Amino acid sequence: MVEVANELEQTRELQYAKARKEQAFTRKLLRNRFAALGLGIIFLLIVTAIFAPLIATHPPNQMDVTKSLLGPGSEGHLLGTDSYGRDTFSRIVYGSRISLIVGISAVLFGAFFGSMLGLISGYVGGRTDAIIMRIIDGMMAFPFILLAIVLMSVLGQGLVNVVIAIGVSNIPGFARVIRGQVLTIKESEYIEVTRSLGARHGRILFYHIVPNSMAPLIVYATMSVAGAIISEASLSFLGLGVQPPTASWGSMLQEGKDFLVLSPELATISGLAILITVLGINLFGDGLRDALDPKMKV
Amino acid sequence: MREPLLEVEGLKKHFPVSSPIPFKKSDQRVKAVDGLSFKVYKGETLGVVGESGCGKSTMARLVNQLIKPSDGVVNFKEANLVDMDAERLRLTRQKIQMVFQDPYASLDPRLQVGQLIAEPLVIHKVGTTATRKKRVEELLETVGLNKRYADRFPHEFSGGQRQRINIARALSLNPELIICDEPVSALDVSVQAQVINLLKKLQAEFKLTYIFISHDLNVVRYMCDRIAVMYLGRIVEIGTYEEIYKNPQHPYTKALFSAIPKENPFADKEHIILKGTVPSPLNPPTGCHFHERCPVAMDICKTKEPNMITSKDTHQASCHLIN
Amino acid sequence: MSDQLLTVNNLSVAFQSGSITTKAVNGVSFSLNKQESIGIVGESGSGKSVTATSILRLIPRSFAKITSGEIIFQGRDLIKLSAGQMRKVRGNDISMIFQDPSTSLNPVFTVGNQLVETIRAHRKISKKAAKQRALELLDLVGIPAPDKRITMYPHEFSGGMRQRVMIAIALACDPQLLIADEPTTALDVTVQAQILNLMKDLQEQLGMAIIMITHDLGVVWETCEQVLVMYAGRIVESATVKELYQRPLHPYTWGLLDSQITESQDSDAPLSSIPGSPPDLSYEVTGCPFVERCPYAEAICHQETPPLQQLADGHAVACHFQTGSNTLERKEHAYREGTFTRS
Repeated sequence: MVEVANELEQTRELQYAKARKEQAFTRKLLRNRFAALGLGIIFLLIVTAIFAPLIATHPPNQMDVTKSLLGPGSEGHLLGTDSYGRDTFSRIVYGSRISLIVGISAVLFGAFFGSMLGLISGYVGGRTDAIIMRIIDGMMAFPFILLAIVLMSVLGQGLVNVVIAIGVSNIPGFARVIRGQVLTIKESEYIEVTRSLGARHGRILFYHIVPNSMAPLIVYATMSVAGAIISEASLSFLGLGVQPPTASWGSMLQEGKDFLVLSPELATISGLAILITVLGINLFGDGLRDALDPKMKV
Repeated sequence: MREPLLEVEGLKKHFPVSSPIPFKKSDQRVKAVDGLSFKVYKGETLGVVGESGCGKSTMARLVNQLIKPSDGVVNFKEANLVDMDAERLRLTRQKIQMVFQDPYASLDPRLQVGQLIAEPLVIHKVGTTATRKKRVEELLETVGLNKRYADRFPHEFSGGQRQRINIARALSLNPELIICDEPVSALDVSVQAQVINLLKKLQAEFKLTYIFISHDLNVVRYMCDRIAVMYLGRIVEIGTYEEIYKNPQHPYTKALFSAIPKENPFADKEHIILKGTVPSPLNPPTGCHFHERCPVAMDICKTKEPNMITSKDTHQASCHLIN
Repeated sequence: MSDQLLTVNNLSVAFQSGSITTKAVNGVSFSLNKQESIGIVGESGSGKSVTATSILRLIPRSFAKITSGEIIFQGRDLIKLSAGQMRKVRGNDISMIFQDPSTSLNPVFTVGNQLVETIRAHRKISKKAAKQRALELLDLVGIPAPDKRITMYPHEFSGGMRQRVMIAIALACDPQLLIADEPTTALDVTVQAQILNLMKDLQEQLGMAIIMITHDLGVVWETCEQVLVMYAGRIVESATVKELYQRPLHPYTWGLLDSQITESQDSDAPLSSIPGSPPDLSYEVTGCPFVERCPYAEAICHQETPPLQQLADGHAVACHFQTGSNTLERKEHAYREGTFTRS
């Protein structure tokens, strides 16, 4: 009997280990093919951005008027050249840096301030909540491009200012997501337990509420990176983004639009770069949401 | 005379109803708890029974000041918790712990069992990391769990095991009073019995005092020394379990006990079927709160609120019929 | 056997989630006569609700599947019916009421609206006639002033009243079988007594059969004639209610009966409980599913799964040691752990 019991105990331990492995987050994430594809695209983007000087075939800002508007593949230019004779492939490669930097920093900026506001609003409640949320509503009602134009004209052009402008426009979304989370978690029984144990507000907020709101925050932030990349492209397209001659996908698209008939690949290529990146990030974000959703657990 | 650990006097909580008009305070009040007075003696278990909406859970939260009462006194070891400053209350509350109903919702899903059980120690800065770890292992064994479980997460446990974890956490600061709010209602019968046995064993071992809230009358009768029956925010009857069980005075108590399903298929149990449902605490009936559903209501019940009448020094009930 | 209303043969239901298959119901067979009431008792995860919802094929198709068996209702196999035919069976012949009356009514329609819709979905009658029928039904389930209540929304009703409305909707087309899935678990004791009383009255009045799913043996004693005890997706014992109480045979039933806290429970003695917890059905269970918690288990119990065997007088049990020639003696306090005294 003892042997049987021991054996049972062992199999149970094994089953436990197996179950733990199966529930492992990364496994669940990567079992989703679209999420894996998205992750692959993001990985490729990051590698490109970091190793841009090694990958690019030409310096991105090197002009050569004699070789303007070459088609793809001619004279060693993989994707052709633009009207100034700059190598399109190299500019796309370098442009990924701008997209990535702006995408990530703007979201971090927005996530930080937005989460703070959301936390305070949701946790304190009452009048504080009402005031903060009305301000957020006001910000949301204001069209992003207008907001960005105002900010850019006040702050002036430049990479940092682009990040701030896009970051600010990201604040309301994060504030709303976090506030909603805090409101649900605040009412849950384990928070009541913690309060009954005599915990102070700081502990309740940062030890219990914040970690439990992370999952939707991460998903929302991932999706927002895609949005921020589009925003940067839009600002650059409008001439409000990074200053020329710095390569950015948005400004390339803008320059390309003047030559749509002559060499349509200019606009197409930069547009495709934006499209693929955004698609990859969104696929990954979707997979992330499914993997993080506790309801999807068995 | 036994020594009271907790004395509650005239405890009230009236929640304001949020008004449909913004920025205008509503003058309607939900009288969730409306004047409770009782004592809990050292080492005993006071059972609180009543149906949903009777205010028993609000009462639990008022006693340990999770909700601030609108009025009344809560004396714990002769110190009034209601007008205590926040810092002293925090310290006093170490001795009053709670075990909640839902074993799934009452544990933070992101923390390991060890962290959960050690949390009260961390909050009150008791011990070092090493001594806390030892205490966690000790507590796990006290509640009948394997000490290797300390690094697992709550979702890996069954309902009964989670309730054991909750109990271990409540025990970590050596409390004197544990308020159990429906601790076994969410559990299966066979598991329910395990948890009740554990609570009884711990009471004997650590000289604990319990306030045990439940809607299950059989559980309360088994667990408790004295029982308080609540209806619409008030105690309608209080006494020892024998008095309440064998000689109930209030018609509500009688109906409550008669409503328990029979305990074997041969029993021929007559159920008193009450009319209607519990009225809203927003607009309670005049006079005796129970008169609309009471099978033996008289004219006086509609107008005059009955007083608590002591039939024996341990047994009190509020009903006009008792005179 | 013209009396037979429902026969379930070897029903198995599996849940699929990723690579994990959970055998929620495993080879369940039982039958039910007209106007009979049968109780299915078991703890959470025993498969009692899944069994009942499978009869109406209401299990979520995205991850649950009936893997084998047949459900014969009035001579037709419900599993083989098309979705359209099945819809006709639901509500018309078989109705179901659920545990939580607050979520099973649609909050945006009035109670009357929901009743009339149900009636008109199954019967071609005018709106006016349907409303008349709705009023009758509300009156039947004991809702006071039905002509006023019919225009109210679900949130204006208390839990007990909502459950009465659910029963009224379930009875709209005079079903032959009512499946009640823990109908009183979410209700208070005094309201539970009201609802159980109502169900008993209605059964007598309308002559329907009832399947009562519950974890509370008290509810079974109150309302049923037959009872099935389920454990880990299988039926471990079935008998008449009186027989089960007087002569229970399965060690799990013993444990279940012992862990009930009754009025006569001595409060100085510890309660009996079944140690451990039910097996995880997402793993292959070898041997008797109860073996790990059974104080009577022997080597064979670890190796072979005992089949449900019919004994005399309609009593059936799935235990290696309760087969008629081989009988197990029930030990007193087999499920008791230690002793203590009241302080």
